[in-house]
Amino acid sequence: MRPRIIENKMSQRPLNQEENASYDRHTLAYIHLAAERGVYDIRGLGAKRRLPTLDDLVFLTASASRYPLEGYREKCETKTILGTRRAAKPIELDIPITIAGMSFGSLSANAKEAIGRAASEMGTSTTTGDGGMTPEERDSSQTLVYQCLPSRYGFNPADLLKADAIEVVLGQGAKPGGGGMLLGQKISERVARMRTLPEGIDQRSACRHPDWTGPDDLAIKIEELREITRWQIPIYVKLGATRVKEDVKLAVHAGADVVVVDGMQGGTAATQQVFIEHTGIPTLPSIRLGREALDEMGVTGQIQLILSGGIRTGADVAKALALGADAVSIGQGVLMALGCNSHQWMDGDQAVDATADYERLGVSPGYCHHCQSGLCPVGITTQDDQLQKRMQPEWGARRLKNYLQVLNMELTTLARACGKSNVHHLEPEDLVALTVEAAAMAKVPLAGTDWIPGDPSRG
Amino acid sequence: MASVKDAVVLDLATQSLRDANAYLHEHAHELSGKTVRILNPAGLHSIAAGANVDTRIEIEGHAGYYAAGMNRQAEITIHGNAGCGLAENMMSGIVRVKGNASTCAGATAHGGVLVIEGDASSRCGISLKGTEIVVGGSVGHMTGFMAQAGRIVVCGDASHGLGDSLYEAILYVRGAVQGLGADAEEQEMTPEDFADLERLLELAGFSHEPTEFKRIGSARQLYHWNPDAAQDY
Repeated sequence: MRPRIIENKMSQRPLNQEENASYDRHTLAYIHLAAERGVYDIRGLGAKRRLPTLDDLVFLTASASRYPLEGYREKCETKTILGTRRAAKPIELDIPITIAGMSFGSLSANAKEAIGRAASEMGTSTTTGDGGMTPEERDSSQTLVYQCLPSRYGFNPADLLKADAIEVVLGQGAKPGGGGMLLGQKISERVARMRTLPEGIDQRSACRHPDWTGPDDLAIKIEELREITRWQIPIYVKLGATRVKEDVKLAVHAGADVVVVDGMQGGTAATQQVFIEHTGIPTLPSIRLGREALDEMGVTGQIQLILSGGIRTGADVAKALALGADAVSIGQGVLMALGCNSHQWMDGDQAVDATADYERLGVSPGYCHHCQSGLCPVGITTQDDQLQKRMQPEWGARRLKNYLQVLNMELTTLARACGKSNVHHLEPEDLVALTVEAAAMAKVPLAGTDWIPGDPSRG
Repeated sequence: MASVKDAVVLDLATQSLRDANAYLHEHAHELSGKTVRILNPAGLHSIAAGANVDTRIEIEGHAGYYAAGMNRQAEITIHGNAGCGLAENMMSGIVRVKGNASTCAGATAHGGVLVIEGDASSRCGISLKGTEIVVGGSVGHMTGFMAQAGRIVVCGDASHGLGDSLYEAILYVRGAVQGLGADAEEQEMTPEDFADLERLLELAGFSHEPTEFKRIGSARQLYHWNPDAAQDY
């Protein structure tokens, strides 16, 4: 690299501005901040680093060798059924796109309500989070998945019996192996009461479940949850993507009806930056590994796979389904549809600029990841009375419904073009990769070749 | 279901646990005020889990994992030992074990009273959220780990890591404490502590004097990530 030369007016000699690749400005800022604060950086959302993603794949849609379906006249089924193995009442969804678990506490009650309304209108499910079930989300959600997390904040049998499914959370993609966090600014009186915590403390959730250790215990725990819910509703197990194949197999062994795999692009309301950027594997390879695990256990068709972690577009959904997911789950995209990182919020039909509020957090709209601060300029990740009014449930629900509708339309567009009358018929054969990394991770050929790196039969 | 004297008898030697639990759930109304005897528990898991019935339930033998899990209202007595996660997440009622309890007894429990007449293993009362636990014997390591609310009374000794990362739950120990966990400290007994102890010991049926106990509470030094940094992160 050539050094940048800037004229030094004092000495007439050029200043040395040669960038140090190991200690670049980003690293320097990190070290300076660590030295100043004595506490690691905690932030929201997911991995920001560049990773191999579903964008590195493209569809081989129909041409002479395949027969496409007409976009408007021919039906493309999107109905999705989850939890068919043991539950008397499996979950039936109109679309294969579900809403990921996000707690009341991390999100405002208004945001939870907007999510519930939009999901219900689109015929899909929402999920509680680390903090219990609120009446707002139960009332607004047609299908609600109740999370059983290590902390068990607000967890109780009355709400359990109101749930349509249970999700036992072992980890999440943003921080596999770590517990949740909710900083004091967001522990309002209501949040504190729901979680049985003192108001205003920096809450650290446990990273391990309190009453079982290992997959054999988990099997007994799942059976207890089934006994209490009378074997009626499906039980999901959610894993942060690390050793996906082994973990999915153990979840199956433990009795899961549905396995949720959350890749490293998955978001969080607050965790250590080091966790977000340096743990777990990307979503792209997680899908194939999860599907292979179910295939090898002989339970494909009985146990469903939900994939999450940075699913943003209809193309992402279609590719995840083609690689083996039965459904996807979205968190961050949902928040962005509600206005996360937007420069304005709506007061009635009046747009109000929020740039100054972002600046108070030290960022511009579009770059914000300060969910942990509780000062969300657009009223989504906050417990502040005034701020949360900025996200009106009806307005948010309309936007989120639009977003989910677009994802579903894009999904069916791609599926039809691949000649599929059901989105669940999409298959790896429909995809090729644009990079060698993506070809190896997704186990599809590099575009224009027959080469699947790592596959001895295609090497 | 056969009635012996006034009690409803559920015999796990002749009927499945699933049927027995279903009976408790589906007949809650008519079981109100009655006694149910569960025979031949044989260490099965999840016995009487999810009960929501104003009934005495006598489990006549040893129980496996999650006995009386998430209990509401019921007064459940286990005439034997109990496995991992006894009365986990119980909301109300009284659960009593005549023998010993394995790990994580009373985990995350919100309300009611849990009495363990014998010893309790490690992590008793982990993430406790309001239940009052009385242990007649000693407790294993990390008892009261991250306990948020409620009371744990230990009439015997406590192993190391007692009250690690405590929030607002209060622990009382009569015997020796092998070691306190992070942020746990011995605190002065208040008149309220003595009154609570007297009530709990009487309810559990132990004749110790409240003055024989010491109080362990949170030093509250872990409530904020870094007090020096205020909320600047």
